[in-house]
Amino acid sequence: MNKDLVSMIADLNEQEALKIVKDRLNAGEDPLRIMEDARKGLEIVGERFASNEYFIPDLVYSGEIMKLITELVKPKLTREEETRKSGKIVFGTVKGDIHDIGKNIVAFMLDVNGFEVIDLGVDVPEQKFVEKIKESGASIVGLSGFLTLAFDSMKQTIKAIEDAGLRDRVKVMIGGGQISEEIRKYTGADAYGRDAMAGVTLAKKWTGIN
Amino acid sequence: METRVSSSSKEVIISDNQHTVLIGERINPTGKKKLAEALKDGNIDVAREEALAQTQAGADIIDVNVGMFGIDEVTMLPKVVQAVMETVDIPLCIDSSNPDALEVALKVYRGKPLVNSVTGEEHSLRRVLPLVKSYGAAVIGLVQDDDGIPKDTAKRVRIAHKIVERAEMEGIPREDLIIDCLAFSVGAEPDSGTAVIEAIRTIKAELGVNITLGASNISFGLPDRELLNNAFAAIAVSVGATCLIVDVAKIRPTILAADLVLGRDKYARRYIEAYRQRIKQE
Repeated sequence: MNKDLVSMIADLNEQEALKIVKDRLNAGEDPLRIMEDARKGLEIVGERFASNEYFIPDLVYSGEIMKLITELVKPKLTREEETRKSGKIVFGTVKGDIHDIGKNIVAFMLDVNGFEVIDLGVDVPEQKFVEKIKESGASIVGLSGFLTLAFDSMKQTIKAIEDAGLRDRVKVMIGGGQISEEIRKYTGADAYGRDAMAGVTLAKKWTGIN
Repeated sequence: METRVSSSSKEVIISDNQHTVLIGERINPTGKKKLAEALKDGNIDVAREEALAQTQAGADIIDVNVGMFGIDEVTMLPKVVQAVMETVDIPLCIDSSNPDALEVALKVYRGKPLVNSVTGEEHSLRRVLPLVKSYGAAVIGLVQDDDGIPKDTAKRVRIAHKIVERAEMEGIPREDLIIDCLAFSVGAEPDSGTAVIEAIRTIKAELGVNITLGASNISFGLPDRELLNNAFAAIAVSVGATCLIVDVAKIRPTILAADLVLGRDKYARRYIEAYRQRIKQE
């Protein structure tokens, strides 16, 4: 029965997945176990996306299903249980760039892999990153950008983090359609990722999770 | 409304009364490794080859963009524009977000080019419109402003009005403006297609200007992209797009079919000619 929820979410079967969640809640099951199964389902969705079996609308749809499941389960969760995550990541598309599809995919993958993603959106000024790092105590920063001008913004953002005395507290990863080792060096980031799974691998490595 | 652009020997007219004008998008290093590497080494042969191939595939205008990390556009853009002018005799669309690069490229251009692009952002309006005016070019206006690219129709229409007003204040006639309504991927934004289609209809009705569209964005993140691009391009043409920035070889057959259906290819001359060419090649 537990396997069913995982596979129903993995197969994007909204109706069946919601029905199973309701039945399991009514049977008095631990809501955390339900959420864990749901997360496993999303992880499979992510794997299928990475292997080109699923596409962006599939990801968006799985996110919708997860939202509905969370709404059902949430009233039964305590506050503490909600925030049991393995690491905080401040995330955003840098100043001057408004591309968000790639960023959203990476944020989704990090989220389903157990990270708490603080998504600042697009066209994010340097100081906003700095403030959020301070406020959240995040140990990882993800900078996204597609435009050529984004590389300068990434560089400035990392400089601002340094100026605020926070550079030693965080690892910075960058990503976006055109990112290369040459650009990583230019911006001063710790690493870059070619795709969403690369971002997850980096985050796990940096937080010591396997 | 007729937008006229030219090379030193050829004029291309963009209007509702004739076939859809195809602007070849392939001279752009973003996502094209071979061209990007060549341009970084200062080698412009790949750009020449692309210009020739697109012209042979039926492009009416060639877009020239060299924007990429590691490439100095102010040096490279005029060089590549010069090289493409020497290779093909059709008009060019000079494409950069860097006004300094646009200016040096406009200096070397012979004829009346299309400039890609001005946006509704204040810094762009102030810097690009005077350039377009002083070099007597035509220009593509992107419907984005200081708040980014709008997701809805109404804001797109407002920005189009703003660009047209500011251009006319600068002394640029309306026929030298072409509006690009900017499509997001329907994969990530389910209503992106309809928002753009409505915007094209409304802008056309209210301002009468020519309309262009980059038709490849719509399919980002989806399988069989070509299929979607073709469907979207045909729909855009049917609601009023008069020129498209596209991969010409891939999309031209569909556009020729759409033009014929829409009465923009009298006696099916272009459609049948393309058919005969294909038969010959097989």
